[in-house]
Amino acid sequence: MVTSTEVESKQYRGITRWGRIVKNLGMILPVGVLSLLIICAIFADVIAPFPYDETSLPERRVPPAWVEGGSTKHFLGTDTLGRDVLSRAVYGARVSLSVSLLAIAITASVGTVLGIISGYTGGRVDAFIMRITDMAMSFPPLLLAILIAVSLGPGFFTVIFALSILGWSGYARIIRGEALRIRNSDFIAQAQVIGVSPWRIMLRHIFPNIQNVLIIGVTLSVGSMILAESAMSYLGIGIPPPMPSWGSMVADGRNDLDRAWWISAFPGIAIGLVVMSGNFLGDWIRDKTDPRLRQL
Amino acid sequence: MAEILLEGRDLKKYYPVTKGLLQRTVGWVRAVDGVSFTIEQGKTLGLVGESGAGKTTTAKAILLLEQLTSGSILFEGKEVYQFSRSQLKTEYRPRVQSVQQNPWSSMDPRMRVRDIIAEPLVVNTKQSKKQIRSRVLELLDQVGLGPADVDHYPHEFSGGQRQRIAVARALALNPSLVVLDEPVSALDVSIRAQIMNLLKDLQAQYNLSYLVIAHNLATVRYMSHSVAIMYLGQIVEYGEAEELFERPLHPYTRALISASVLTLPSDDEQEIQQIILSGEMPSPLNPPPGCRFHSRCPHVMDKCSRVVPELIVMGKQWVKCHLYG
Amino acid sequence: MSKIILQVEGLRTYFFTRRGVVKAVDGVSFYVHEGETFGIVGESGCGKTVTGLSILRLLPEPAGKIVGGKIILDGTDLLELSKNEMREYRGSMISMILQDPMTSLNPVYTIGDQIAESVRLHQGVRDEMVKEKVISALRLLQIPSPETILGEYPFQMSGGMRQRVVGAISMSCYPRLLIADEPTTALDATIQAQYLALFKEVQRETNVAIIFITHDFGVVASICHRVGVMYAGKIVETATTRELFNNPKHPYTTALINSVPRLDQKDDRLYSIEGQPPSLIDLPPGCRFSPRCSLAREYCHEQEPPEVEISDGHTVSCWRRD
Repeated sequence: MVTSTEVESKQYRGITRWGRIVKNLGMILPVGVLSLLIICAIFADVIAPFPYDETSLPERRVPPAWVEGGSTKHFLGTDTLGRDVLSRAVYGARVSLSVSLLAIAITASVGTVLGIISGYTGGRVDAFIMRITDMAMSFPPLLLAILIAVSLGPGFFTVIFALSILGWSGYARIIRGEALRIRNSDFIAQAQVIGVSPWRIMLRHIFPNIQNVLIIGVTLSVGSMILAESAMSYLGIGIPPPMPSWGSMVADGRNDLDRAWWISAFPGIAIGLVVMSGNFLGDWIRDKTDPRLRQL
Repeated sequence: MAEILLEGRDLKKYYPVTKGLLQRTVGWVRAVDGVSFTIEQGKTLGLVGESGAGKTTTAKAILLLEQLTSGSILFEGKEVYQFSRSQLKTEYRPRVQSVQQNPWSSMDPRMRVRDIIAEPLVVNTKQSKKQIRSRVLELLDQVGLGPADVDHYPHEFSGGQRQRIAVARALALNPSLVVLDEPVSALDVSIRAQIMNLLKDLQAQYNLSYLVIAHNLATVRYMSHSVAIMYLGQIVEYGEAEELFERPLHPYTRALISASVLTLPSDDEQEIQQIILSGEMPSPLNPPPGCRFHSRCPHVMDKCSRVVPELIVMGKQWVKCHLYG
Repeated sequence: MSKIILQVEGLRTYFFTRRGVVKAVDGVSFYVHEGETFGIVGESGCGKTVTGLSILRLLPEPAGKIVGGKIILDGTDLLELSKNEMREYRGSMISMILQDPMTSLNPVYTIGDQIAESVRLHQGVRDEMVKEKVISALRLLQIPSPETILGEYPFQMSGGMRQRVVGAISMSCYPRLLIADEPTTALDATIQAQYLALFKEVQRETNVAIIFITHDFGVVASICHRVGVMYAGKIVETATTRELFNNPKHPYTTALINSVPRLDQKDDRLYSIEGQPPSLIDLPPGCRFSPRCSLAREYCHEQEPPEVEISDGHTVSCWRRD
């Protein structure tokens, strides 16, 4: 025999099951999109129907398959030199994602280390690191990127360098705040009483407890890093041709927006997808790990 | 006469109050203002006071978490502030450990119980993993927990169990003194007895000294051999627990006791003579002149607002009050 | 004997969560007279706060629901009122004081504004009258210099004073029933003593009935006329304060009283109750206290004991009550 409270409980759980699926879409969709793009990046050689630099002069500016004049041979059309847009977009994923992820890795690491040291040590060390962080934050990043590209010449490492040299400052700020908060916790005082050295405290106690903030920070910076890399490529100071980057592809189609919109549109959509996915995923993680919610 | 393990002599901790862009010092918060006490081997000193009295600051000073403005701490007769860095690491810290008030924040939420208890050993000794592991199990057993608990995280335990883990951790290095800052006030009433009993048992077994900080007098009475009553950064009365509670001398002590005793309502609805103090504890930024308690004292005399009371020894108790001058 | 102003019968409040149904309050009955202080004492998780919130119908939705019982305040069953009607009752007929004065007060509004809010809402008075009423509320709680306090902000006051302000807000409309949920836990001993004395004064002046929720027996002794002891969602014993301390009948009450250290006597060893309170999702069969009870017999684990009145006003739910 089912009592009324059991029935009510089942109903309640049923409603929340749907609610839960909807809420988790915030994670499922972005992860799906990003995974798809990463697979494109890794397996570009297999997935792309054409090499990225194969030109075909008779097939210039062919529209995508579903538009009149297009064919399934070049599903997303071709660009001004007859190169297959789909293939170039797939290879573009490789460039854009690898550059961005590497730059994120560097900036996150440097920023985290500085942030933890700054937040935990306090005093003059903190003041010093924060002043440098302020300088990095206030320096115009694009200007510096151009200067670097001009002096070092275009190339993979130039781009990484330009993207990383200022990007760490955001992390340093956030991580420092978190480190400061944790530093005032009872268990840190306890660690000091036990005799744990400051380095060990920073490594074993502070670092594991900032991971949530770090993960959110990293996820949310995917979008801005991709945009930065794309901006550099668009301006022509990124990865040099013929290797495609989404940014440079958008630049390539700049003059043909009226008659061959697909050349810029698809790489642009790709950039947009990555930015949105990163942001949605970051928001979802942030909500999930909100300490107030966790305590419930 | 038991040996004196730790002695605090005229401890003072002042915090500067700064104002303005240039951060000029405009005043001092006298959190601890001339506190002296002794803790004997194997005995418990209870430090009682309300919030703002300075007891937590005193505890932090002993744990070297705060630097004293002046005064000395003598550990086994030696001046702690003259210890070298390595001496502190090998001779002081391992022997003076602590259990904190809040069992929810005193442990790293990302560490498992076995790592939490092992940490003091890992950091201070060169024992092998195996040795440490067996010691951890030994300690858990001491506090009434089992080997199944080692792999869990603190948040999986109740408040009382977490305090037990904290006690196990405090004992890991075989300390001589454990500083307990409100060890049971965050726990449920029926769990408090469990923890207090455990602490007393461990004290008897290992001849541990405790410095117990509490605002609950009954807890202090149950755990302590000697008691110091703090008010606004100073000790106003000090003595053996039994004597102090049976024959309290200082008016503040009497008010505290009156506020804490379980007085049952009488049949004819007559109010039991309770001592209710007026006002609140003044700010340690601007302590009243003369006797600091005079602004709330039911027995205040003219002298009290002008002259600082001297320390008066009455048998085994001492008190700072003009009533006994 | 004054009349009964509140009658709670068979109150059941459940929380519907993903992990199951939490039976926070499971059949609680008690009554309170006008001008009387009824204490609900128990440890954390026993359901005392939820009982208070249920009377005010302030449970977190959708998880919390009152699934049964009656709450009759001065003849009206609160559970039959509409949401709007209940909202009018809150603040005017029933009021609540919570534990933490820091979060009970809005930091960006002055004290005067916060008390006035309640007055305006429930008393429909003209603006000129509002200030008068606010000051009279402050005076009732013996807050010094009420005119000056009107313009101050919570952060400018000490904990004890803030708690008085919260009291003033609650009493500003002279409710018939005041529910106080551990209002003195965060206060120092001497401030607590002041505050409790104040409570008694306020009660004398306004004849308000008070439900005092606490875990502290000292507080119960000093301020409550009658007490109900709660455990795992049920009241296990009810009696006058004197009777409860002198003649406790339920093993939990006895154990609890014995586990609290006394200041007026030297305890050799405190009694400590073994084990933990049960999970409210997965309650044991029979008497809820039986797994930890030193007097438990087989039938205790099988059947829940009924509430029995063993003497005038003294009820207990225990098979081994004799």
